Amino acid sequence: MPAKIPFKTFALSSMVLAMGAASGAMASNGFSDDVVRIGVLTDMSGIYTDLSGEAAVEAVRMAVEDFGGEVGGVPIDVIYGDHRNRADTGASRAREWYDSDGVDMINDLSNSGVALAVAAVAEERQRHAIVNSSSNIGLTNDYCSPYVTHYTYDAHSLAHGTGKSIVEDGGDTWFFLTVDFAFGIGLEEQVSEVVREAGGQVVGAARHPLDTTDFSSYALQAQASGAEIIGIASTGADAINAINALAEFGVTPGQRPAALLLWYDDIVSLGLETAQGLMLTNAFYWDANDETREFSERFYERTGRMPNMAHAGNYSSTMHYLNAVEAAGTDDPDAVSEQMRELEINDFFASGGYIRPNGRMVHDQYLWEVKSPDESEYDYDFLRLLTTIPGEEAFQPLENSTCHLLDNDQ
Amino acid sequence: MQLRSLTWPLLIVGLLALLAVPFFPQLVYSVFIMKTLCFVLFACAFNLLLGHTGILSFGHAAFFGSGAYVTGQLVKAYGVPTELGILAGGLVAAFLGAVIGALAIRRSGIYLAMITLAISQLVFFFFLQAPFTGAEDGLQRIPRGTFLGVLDLNNDTALYYVVLGIVGAGLWVVWRTVNSPFGQVMRAIREHEPRAISLGYPVARYKVLVFALSAGLSGIAGSLKAIIFQLAALYDVHWHTSGDVILMTLLGGMNTVFGPAVGAAIVSTLNHYLDPFGAWVTVIIGVVFMTCVLMFRQGVVGELGKLLASRRSPTAPPDTTPHASAHADSHR
Repeated sequence: MPAKIPFKTFALSSMVLAMGAASGAMASNGFSDDVVRIGVLTDMSGIYTDLSGEAAVEAVRMAVEDFGGEVGGVPIDVIYGDHRNRADTGASRAREWYDSDGVDMINDLSNSGVALAVAAVAEERQRHAIVNSSSNIGLTNDYCSPYVTHYTYDAHSLAHGTGKSIVEDGGDTWFFLTVDFAFGIGLEEQVSEVVREAGGQVVGAARHPLDTTDFSSYALQAQASGAEIIGIASTGADAINAINALAEFGVTPGQRPAALLLWYDDIVSLGLETAQGLMLTNAFYWDANDETREFSERFYERTGRMPNMAHAGNYSSTMHYLNAVEAAGTDDPDAVSEQMRELEINDFFASGGYIRPNGRMVHDQYLWEVKSPDESEYDYDFLRLLTTIPGEEAFQPLENSTCHLLDNDQ
Repeated sequence: MQLRSLTWPLLIVGLLALLAVPFFPQLVYSVFIMKTLCFVLFACAFNLLLGHTGILSFGHAAFFGSGAYVTGQLVKAYGVPTELGILAGGLVAAFLGAVIGALAIRRSGIYLAMITLAISQLVFFFFLQAPFTGAEDGLQRIPRGTFLGVLDLNNDTALYYVVLGIVGAGLWVVWRTVNSPFGQVMRAIREHEPRAISLGYPVARYKVLVFALSAGLSGIAGSLKAIIFQLAALYDVHWHTSGDVILMTLLGGMNTVFGPAVGAAIVSTLNHYLDPFGAWVTVIIGVVFMTCVLMFRQGVVGELGKLLASRRSPTAPPDTTPHASAHADSHR
């Protein structure tokens, strides 16, 4: 019965090692294990690799270096792991990091399923998790916790950014091309609500499975609907394929596609020829001002690419966490949590940003329009600012949150 | 047969090592071992069909995932005690296995595999669309509860021993099944189905029964995973998981009872410890799999058994193999 072979060697070595194993140096100065350890849990091998991946790790490293590499006299360590877009892999990695590796904060968390699972572990283990690259609004509602911060954006900010602005701009009738998953359906619902509130009309929706390559029939349905706006409630490759299909089929004059979650990287993939005129809500664009340019150029030197809003959020949130640790003088999660909600966030990413009791970081969002190839003057010159959406409008009003930490009567 | 003398010492050492796991948190993380144990049970249950009955099911994720979702939903939404939830997960999976099995065994070989794949995709779609599953976000925050009302499973150590106990019981069932008259009929079906029929065995009924048994145990493995991680996710019902379990089984050796367990341990360990290599993990596992398929045709355990057998009896001709693998060769 050979199942035992790997364990035999393990049993022997365990005896030896157990004797020498350090019993875990305990805190003498308010810092557990005499190190502040940050884990970047991201997608290193799947569909979100391009959006977060190694560049997210690099962004966090940059923040740690810019902070000086140590806080309160103890070093800061960055480790990373791949959740492979599987909630169980993510949750087990997070558990292990918190339990055995002394990780104090987990950052990035692309993929909503992983983010929700890790948030649950963070609450249970009472350690910090900061979500930057997924949108699930449940993180600041039913699943909120004092240790979980939702930093860069969420489904609400997307809907209220792009959706509202377009309706105000005169786009009254909507048809949705929605990825048939919780993320897409949730986004479609949010935007529909915004559209109806603003006096617009939703005439229909077509649902497609994840990773669809042939959008021709969906494009035809969208054309036939006669809606002015074709809302694309998907992201990454799906959104790119949908936009390409709509461009190829030549949407009827008077119809416009609106991508509800378009990343900066998607525009690189699409090319300006196809993407021109698209509107997108992003919390960050590298070429917005001198501060963003300064950060982005340093980021570009290290990674060979311009940062998107998640990368910028990784950097900014790590900085904020470290500031909070310094202010608290300890890495005790409760004290840090208090400081994080106390301190204001003022950097290239956010001005006057603050974290609400339910973990939502409130900061301005921006509605951008993709430039045409003629307007683009230099490399990576892709976006033009349309409007700034104040944080209070972009994010869900606190009284609507179902978070148990609030005293809302639900 | 010479393997026998080694079996018991190895078994005892292994069991002691497993029992000791929670006491050496610096060395090995108990949640990781629990996860591995789930896959060990899953792979061994799967091998009842593949290795012992000669039926390749390409839809075992349907059973694994159904167990996870059923247990998760029962425990989370209806407050069912954990142990009953796990039992229900196993029973639902067994029932599903009997139904899918009854349909699939009307064909054999690749057609059977395709039928199981097709039906498991239906099951996947069901869990994708059913309102309670949370689609790709998964069924989150399943409470671990208590075991038999006394043992608080939120304690990882308590949970570890419960998981170890249940997986151990599951493996015992597998072992008993294989080494029983029933198991002999299974092998008879694998080796020569028309002959088994001519001997008067109701082959179809046997196959459905093995399907149900294998599915039920797979369901329990999935249920345990849902309790350990407090979530049931789409990946559990995805065909990737069906592929993973085939990989584990072939890697470990499908003509052995517990070879798949070793395969499961190898795959989990690779996945776990190769994390720093990022995108290369899939490549490395691919290479390992290719190497094993090309060089160890009988899986790690099968080859090891052969090696031991030939060492122990130097007088035997070199091509003599333990009879299980000899059968497999003739079968190929």
